Amino acid sequence: MSVTATTPATGIAWPWPVRPQHILLALFLIAYPLVATPFWTVQIGAQSLFFGVIALSLMFLAGYGGMVSLSQMTVAGVAAYMIALFGTNHVNIGFGWPWWAQVPAALIIATAAATLIGVIAVRTAGIYTIMITLAIGVVFFYFTRQNYAIFNGFSGFASVQAPVVLGINWRNPQPFYYLSLGVAAFCYLATVYVSRSTFGLSLQAIRDNPRRMGALGFNVYLHRVLAHSLAGFFAALGGVLLVWMNGRVSPGTIDIGPLINVLVIAVLGGLGRPIGPFIGAVVFVLLDNFAIDLIDPERFNLLIGSVFLLIVLFSPDGLLGLWQRLVGWSSTAGGAGSWRQNRSS
Amino acid sequence: MKLFILTMLNGLTLAALYFLVASGFTLVFGLMRQVNLAHGSLYLLGAYVGWSTADASGSWFLGAAAGFVSMAVAGVLLQIGIFRRMEGQDLRQTLVTIGISIVLADLMLWIWGGKTYQFDPPGWLFGATPLPFINAYPTYRLVLLALSVVIGIALWLFLNRTPVGMMIRAGVDDRAMLSCSGVNVQRIFAITFAIGAGLAGLAGVVGGTALSIAPGEDTRYLLASLVVVIVGGMGSVTGAAIGALLIGLAEQLGLAYSPTYGVVYTFVILVAVLAFRPQGIMGRPA
Repeated sequence: MSVTATTPATGIAWPWPVRPQHILLALFLIAYPLVATPFWTVQIGAQSLFFGVIALSLMFLAGYGGMVSLSQMTVAGVAAYMIALFGTNHVNIGFGWPWWAQVPAALIIATAAATLIGVIAVRTAGIYTIMITLAIGVVFFYFTRQNYAIFNGFSGFASVQAPVVLGINWRNPQPFYYLSLGVAAFCYLATVYVSRSTFGLSLQAIRDNPRRMGALGFNVYLHRVLAHSLAGFFAALGGVLLVWMNGRVSPGTIDIGPLINVLVIAVLGGLGRPIGPFIGAVVFVLLDNFAIDLIDPERFNLLIGSVFLLIVLFSPDGLLGLWQRLVGWSSTAGGAGSWRQNRSS
Repeated sequence: MKLFILTMLNGLTLAALYFLVASGFTLVFGLMRQVNLAHGSLYLLGAYVGWSTADASGSWFLGAAAGFVSMAVAGVLLQIGIFRRMEGQDLRQTLVTIGISIVLADLMLWIWGGKTYQFDPPGWLFGATPLPFINAYPTYRLVLLALSVVIGIALWLFLNRTPVGMMIRAGVDDRAMLSCSGVNVQRIFAITFAIGAGLAGLAGVVGGTALSIAPGEDTRYLLASLVVVIVGGMGSVTGAAIGALLIGLAEQLGLAYSPTYGVVYTFVILVAVLAFRPQGIMGRPA
């Protein structure tokens, strides 16, 4: 359905017309750290960007592949753990590799993990996928908590440092923000591009009718696994930023709460379009940081849970859908919600 | 030998507990195709309500009854208030139950705090029963084992020998046809949900007595139910029993013989089942 909503690009063209609001948004995002305080630059800005990237990986799977995976944070966690392990950390079981070796190694291992999860998860469909990925995520959480040889057990790793490249410490507020922005822009554009590539189009067709696509000779299984790999790569990028920002990674990073949070972010924003997860991430991070002013700081989960519940109950296609209905765009929003209608059949 | 028998008994009692929690989960899923990811929250809420009742009244049995009844009522409310309004939208229902579980978990933390609670069951339940080979074993755990066998048989009889059970099974096979033959499907759904949720609440009290109740138990039992039901096959009570046995025994054997990675055995079973029989041991292909 969403395929017909936009004109499929022929060849490798710039995937969509650049409207004035796109340029304004880009200018705003670039100028933002120049006016914002370090707190707003990193805690709100950069954090929204990389949570958005991790949630984007879920949006890609759910929106285009019809597979809701709860293990995207697990994949990000694998990347974060690998950065901590291959680099330096406080317990001296790090390999001390330079950044140009750590990052590719972490990304490759995390993507491989995502592929493995995909191989298991695509044997199931719909709600079963949610359950199996949740189970895998929680098992990995327990595993990292028990394993001291690689994952350093309960305490995990601290003192993980972002690299200093070209004389810039990439953990300083502005460089880190621009790094996050670059990664987010890359993942966003890659998602838009892939969604209109042959692979993306067949993936969406498989979402809508796997039996027919199978009969037409498409390898349904391989498309789905590949979607998991690609989404896993995005999540891994998010995970690298996550560990660089926090400087630490522990089983708490990939506990059931964070796993669910990724789903909350993606659903909050809307699973229909790639921009949704970023909107969701901004709202989530703002609520996370300012819950203390709205309500008791201890009650953040109550607040975010209620917001999530309200959104799911009253606007299943998220804030994006709410916005589109307000503006009256709903006629062009075929992508939003189709994953849901499809799954419910 | 002694360790082995003890481990097997521990595994069996854990399996009994898992069965109690998972049977409600699988029942609800089997009939209504509704994945209730708030099932763990119902377990914990039932345990807390049961504990408060038992604490106020001084009767453990009243507490157990309160756990069952309060969650059965909560289940009916959930079914009528929420699930019925989004029938057929599996994923949305799943998301709603995730939202509910987040909210409930925080509300419970608010009301009952982060403390660990322990039940105070009647004395004759709490002693030790002498057994050959291992000297003695907690009576309560043997009672738990017996209780879950009784509930399993009762559930089986209910589903296979009563008119309502017959309708539930018919609903599992073909919901539309059942509705066409004049059965009030909504009432059947409400009854099933009440039983499923009530069993979760009862399991909360029973399990809370065997172990303890604390925040976080909700996700633990949700995960256990998920794994048990995936392994056993969705919608099959027999499958839930088999899955519970496999997982309970694997967990305890793993804990006894290779303490670090007990949880990994569970995972291996899960992957093996998915690789060779994706619909679960007793499940039917979707």
